Amino acid sequence: MAAYLIRRLGGAALILLGVSLVTFFLLYVLPADPVRQIAGRSATPETVESIRRQLGLDQPFWVQYGRYLWNLLHLDLGRSYLQRSEVSELIWARLPPTLLLMAGAIACELALGLTMGVVAALRRGTAADNGLMIASFVGVSAPQFVVGLLMLYVFAVRLGWFPIGGYGTFAHLVLPSLTLGILGAGWYSRMMRSSMVEVLRQDFVRTARAKGLTRRRVILRHALPNAVLPVIAMIGIDIGIFMGGIVVVESVFGWPGIGQLAWQAIQRVDIPIIMGVTLVSAVAIVLGNLLADLVAPLIDPRIRLR
Amino acid sequence: MKRLLASSALLAALAAPALAQATDPYQPDPAATPGGTITVTYKDDVATLDPAIGYDWQNWSMIKSLFDGLMDYVPGTTDLRPGLAERYEISEDGLTYTFHLRPGVTFHNGREMTAEDVAYSLNRVTDPATQSPGAGFFGMIEGFDARMAGEAETLSGVTAVDPLTVQVRLSRPDATFLHVMALNFASVVPQEAVAAAGEDFGRQPVGTGAYRLAEWTLGQRLVFEKNPDYWREGIPYLDAITFEVGQEPVVALLRLQNGEVDVPGDGIPPAKFQEVMADPEQAARVVQGGQLHTGYITMNVTQPPFDNVDVRRAVNMAINKDRITQIINGRAVPANQPLPPTMPGYTEGHEGYAFDPEGAKALLAQAGVPDGFETELYVMNTDPNPRIAQAIQQDLAAVGIDASIQSLAQANVIEAGGAGTAPMIWSGGMAWIADFPDPANFYYPILGCAGAVEGGWNWSKYCNEELDAMATQADSLSDPAMAGDRLQMWSDIYMKVMEDAAWAPVFNEERYTMKSPRMGGADALYVDPVSIPVNYDYVYVTE
Repeated sequence: MAAYLIRRLGGAALILLGVSLVTFFLLYVLPADPVRQIAGRSATPETVESIRRQLGLDQPFWVQYGRYLWNLLHLDLGRSYLQRSEVSELIWARLPPTLLLMAGAIACELALGLTMGVVAALRRGTAADNGLMIASFVGVSAPQFVVGLLMLYVFAVRLGWFPIGGYGTFAHLVLPSLTLGILGAGWYSRMMRSSMVEVLRQDFVRTARAKGLTRRRVILRHALPNAVLPVIAMIGIDIGIFMGGIVVVESVFGWPGIGQLAWQAIQRVDIPIIMGVTLVSAVAIVLGNLLADLVAPLIDPRIRLR
Repeated sequence: MKRLLASSALLAALAAPALAQATDPYQPDPAATPGGTITVTYKDDVATLDPAIGYDWQNWSMIKSLFDGLMDYVPGTTDLRPGLAERYEISEDGLTYTFHLRPGVTFHNGREMTAEDVAYSLNRVTDPATQSPGAGFFGMIEGFDARMAGEAETLSGVTAVDPLTVQVRLSRPDATFLHVMALNFASVVPQEAVAAAGEDFGRQPVGTGAYRLAEWTLGQRLVFEKNPDYWREGIPYLDAITFEVGQEPVVALLRLQNGEVDVPGDGIPPAKFQEVMADPEQAARVVQGGQLHTGYITMNVTQPPFDNVDVRRAVNMAINKDRITQIINGRAVPANQPLPPTMPGYTEGHEGYAFDPEGAKALLAQAGVPDGFETELYVMNTDPNPRIAQAIQQDLAAVGIDASIQSLAQANVIEAGGAGTAPMIWSGGMAWIADFPDPANFYYPILGCAGAVEGGWNWSKYCNEELDAMATQADSLSDPAMAGDRLQMWSDIYMKVMEDAAWAPVFNEERYTMKSPRMGGADALYVDPVSIPVNYDYVYVTE
């Protein structure tokens, strides 16, 4: 187990190095000059060059990247070009809301997706099955921007059940979590349905039924734990998918997470923030995958870590 | 002896500095009531509240409320009035400005503001290490070049004569100088607070302004509270303002309709404009105002075929400006010259190039391109700019010009414009909103030779040295008595720009915003041309 972990963590470090190199390179070749954003419209060419020198942006790519890596090793993500604040501080302030939103979204997608999938599998071929699968199709296809605004309009403005955007209480969390979770719920319901249909055909389910167990017990104790395995493995991968969604969902709901920070930084070519958010996201995805792999054998003893 | 005395007195009178004491014509609003708090929303986070650095839509008027400069504007107008300087004198040669500070003004940290602070603040904003986007505005102060080159520790032209007197010497007479002293970048900051906060001064601002920062939760909320020791009697009216950031304009509008928000800082989102205006109850709370803005198409005069003035004139005549203003729901007026109508120096009665596709075709034929040509139109990729670009593309196609649209992120368009690789650019989303209400501000960076360099903001790369000389001459008329002559010269300069057709001016955007029913104060405060977007010091609540 320890050897496995060391190997995985070593792999993770390599992945992060690769992510940092690719992102840094893309920002380097981007036809947009961060110095012009800082220097403003009234700056003389001399001022522009002076700022470029101060930020070290006049150096060749490998010098700039090497310096960034060196600072990174000292856990220094640098200072934002435009906000002038420590990037680590900016990210740290925005990480808890994003983690909370992700947790809420995972809860929503599991609750909705698993329920829909199980019900559809048990009612296979009926109108309920078709209806649920159409709903899951809509969930997967609907743009989050539209879903978010629709939710706000219906549940917050018209019905007044939830606050109109913002952050702070449990009520604030519900609509953004649902919006972010609906996509995953769509996938999960489809996966859960096919997995459940598969498991219900298995011998051990038939045996359980033959032993005279109640339908409820057969489904909850025997079929469900087996059917849910592939879905659990997906949660780790979800974190990567969420990273794309939070930019939109956080914008719509005024949720103060790193998605908003990233979006604003991209618009203004604030390279240190873009790098910082990308690396933090990459760490989250790598950890999510690692966690999914570590949890899998605990749920399914047939899986062994090697 | 008497004779000698008399002549000495005469000499002294002649040599006496021109006393130009700006008066403050502002009359307090009799209906204003003190107290209350309001909520304002913005989409983008506040990057910084450091007056030497902040240059965004959302932080511009916030900084104005936290800090003061030597000069200020009458609320809701473009008229200069004294700020921290109680009065000032200009020497006869227009090169020395002596500012007399108000006594007893204190910073938020309780210390009294002095002339040393003014000198420190001007030295700080022009320090290359500060990396201020506003440093270039101070180019007329003596010693600026040495300061920016890092060869001098201070600006040689700035002297604290005594605790309440500051003298600023200019290297050339410049009529815009008082406006520059009213810019946020010229705000007075206390040295000890800057030293204590270091690079985080933008998050821990200390000024002399009407409000002070009480709370800043990153990415969520800023709270300003009234400065009880503010030097302007009775100002501000509000006890506190909460700024909620990260709020989509559409959501901010929904919250306004729900009574949760008082002012949506980003205005009415375009997609909701017609809906709001169709509802009489909501339309009654809409505030409209002109702004010092022009949307224009640049044509790179260094590249064929735009090096031919007839081609540029043809483009001007091909654009149907009325149709383009309709695309943005009529939230603009068609432009006929570079300056917007509310800017001093605007040429009344000038009609510009009328929409005339046949005339445009004739001009193209005269220019030797009767069948038109292919070109590229760069545009920023956020709504409504691509739609506007499509309208321009259709208009150009009607006269035979085949323009392909390059829809890119703002930074990429700015880069292409600066590098001179973009034949045409629609300025929307990056368009010029004046930094201060003076015609000079529209010229130097975007139409003058200084901006026509690699990386400059003059994307037409239009450089007319004759006009540059005229501009310098106009700005040397710093005597207030010559203001009329100066504006006439600026008007002539812009008419010559139109003759050369360096741009195709398209429209002057109007600002539309809303306020909650309980908000009081003149409408002009909500579309303040200088305290953009809202003048927080003078608005109040009625309940």
